[in-house]
Amino acid sequence: MATIEMKNIVKKYGDGFPAVNDVSIDVADGEFLILVGPSGCGKSTLLRMIVGLEDITSGDMVIGGERVNDLAPRDRNLAMVFQNYALYPHLTVYENIAFPLRLKKRPEKEIDEKVRQASRTLDLDEHLERKPGNLSGGQRQRVAMGRAIVRDAKAFLFDEPLSNLDAKLRGQMRTEIARLQKQLGITTVYVTHDQTEAMTLGDRVAVMKRGVLQQLASPRELYEQPVNLFVAGFIGSPPMNFLPATVEDGQVTLPFGTFPLPADKAERTAGKGLLLAGIRPEHFEDVSVMADDAVDGTRTFEAHVDVREWLGDQQYAYVPYDAEAQVQDQLRDLAREADSESLRTQLVVSLDAASGAQGDDDVTLFIDSDRLHFFDPQSGENLTVGL
Amino acid sequence: MNKNALNRVGTLVGFVLILLWCLLPVAWIISLSFKSQEAVTNGSPGFLPQSGGGAGWQNYVDVIQDEQFRRAILNSIGISLTATILSVALATLTAYAVARLEFQGKRFVLTTALVIAMFPVVSLVGPLFDMWRTFGIYDTWIGLIIPYMSFTLPLAIWTLSAFFREIPWEMEQAAQVDGATSWQAFRKVIVPLAAPGVFTAAILTFFFAWNDFVFGISLTSTERARPIPAALSFFVGADPFNRPASLLAAGAVVATVPVILLVLFFQRKIVAGLTAGAVKG
Repeated sequence: MATIEMKNIVKKYGDGFPAVNDVSIDVADGEFLILVGPSGCGKSTLLRMIVGLEDITSGDMVIGGERVNDLAPRDRNLAMVFQNYALYPHLTVYENIAFPLRLKKRPEKEIDEKVRQASRTLDLDEHLERKPGNLSGGQRQRVAMGRAIVRDAKAFLFDEPLSNLDAKLRGQMRTEIARLQKQLGITTVYVTHDQTEAMTLGDRVAVMKRGVLQQLASPRELYEQPVNLFVAGFIGSPPMNFLPATVEDGQVTLPFGTFPLPADKAERTAGKGLLLAGIRPEHFEDVSVMADDAVDGTRTFEAHVDVREWLGDQQYAYVPYDAEAQVQDQLRDLAREADSESLRTQLVVSLDAASGAQGDDDVTLFIDSDRLHFFDPQSGENLTVGL
Repeated sequence: MNKNALNRVGTLVGFVLILLWCLLPVAWIISLSFKSQEAVTNGSPGFLPQSGGGAGWQNYVDVIQDEQFRRAILNSIGISLTATILSVALATLTAYAVARLEFQGKRFVLTTALVIAMFPVVSLVGPLFDMWRTFGIYDTWIGLIIPYMSFTLPLAIWTLSAFFREIPWEMEQAAQVDGATSWQAFRKVIVPLAAPGVFTAAILTFFFAWNDFVFGISLTSTERARPIPAALSFFVGADPFNRPASLLAAGAVVATVPVILLVLFFQRKIVAGLTAGAVKG
């Protein structure tokens, strides 16, 4: 058990491009930290610097109070689960798990005890004598975790451990990892590009983009108070809607109409010209399924639903709208940064499953305009953070 | 008869033909080795010895009892094994470096190795003969081991580096994180995974050394280092115009047996797809 302190960590490759740029994160003892971001954001590089597989260009990596910049991976006493598991195919499951202990030349009895205990924890008892080649993906994944937990390591490092599993198994293993981490109470750093994993597993989540730490916060805070456009667009699925907006006289003008704003938000954003407003799909509703007294007439608008996706517990409706070329370009850039693609400017709204809205329908929608975020279109900064 | 069965019969006939083609000379040598010298001289065209023309194991006994030939067997085994072990050990280390490290002159090393392998053996015999006499290693084991190694190393390096490249980096990184030194990671994880490659390289090297005649006859002069192929050429009976064919055949069989044993032994080790299951496949 140990803390991990990253102080101004920089990683530059031969061409001078900083893959990780001045990242400082303190991971508390026993904390579950998630590194998340689109591909190429430097999250795996950062993890590999923690474990010692990448050299650190500058900055300090302190694990359990000891600076480890110059220590070889074997001297850092960290356990890592690789994306492709990296099991030793010529060894049985038992020997795979025992491998780190054998390297430490532990007595046979202790090795046997620890391996059996790990295999019990991970439900691998009946597979101990098999070779990794004969195991399913989920079983291999568990063996990789077994190899990590026998170690009494200072911390666990996971490099996208679930990305090779199918969706159902991924859900199960996610819960399994969370349970194991709580049970062992071990400091954990977990790299993923899957935001469901990020939101469900982490005590705190570090969002990275192009080597720069964007926001380090609890999942709830990331979702409700994103500090900039990138975090707002990256966290949440379907993503937050971004709309061109101007604020005047306590009211916001969106492509669909003009709606009232809370005083504090209006005050901070008034007179700043064209802004980008962000609102999550769930902050819309179909007026026809709402109680009459809950509907505020000033916050409704007519919309033409293009396509509707019914998911059982809710449904998504897509409402296209026209925006100026400049706004369209910015939204496209934003989507590209988050590893997705925005082909047209459209609003995604999440409606109650009971709503009878159909594709190619005109419906009246309610917008909870109190929940709008406002972003500076140039810097991307959230102007209404904390409100 | 349906098409499937016809296919199967066709395949079987093909197999038999190929086997006959490959094994007939071997079978003929074995047959010859059991005929008596007189029977061969008198002309004994049958595959099986004619009555009275069989020699039983006598030819083999004669071959084994020949002091020079016994010595040649020892030389061949010793020289070939030493060359194989050294060559494979060196090639394994080199190939690992070639596969894993980026260093200046990597291409140069590889192309040079290939060029050496393409050198005609005969063109080197003359210079080597002179050099070895000067160095005092003419007619010694080491004098044969060196050329065998230099001719087999390139191929071994190329074979092995292909195998190493197939092994994912993560394997040794995982080992290092698990607490292994670079050397331990190499020995306990990488080498076992490259075992099929190591054994392939070993067999190729051993074959080259075991079958070589040109170096064996040119760089030796006595039974001190003379290997089997060279020794066989010294099997001359009383009459130089009438070579002891059956004795030679027995010698040839004796020379073949170790190679067959070796292949059968190593073949089990060359298990394809050993890395299956290391990573998500």
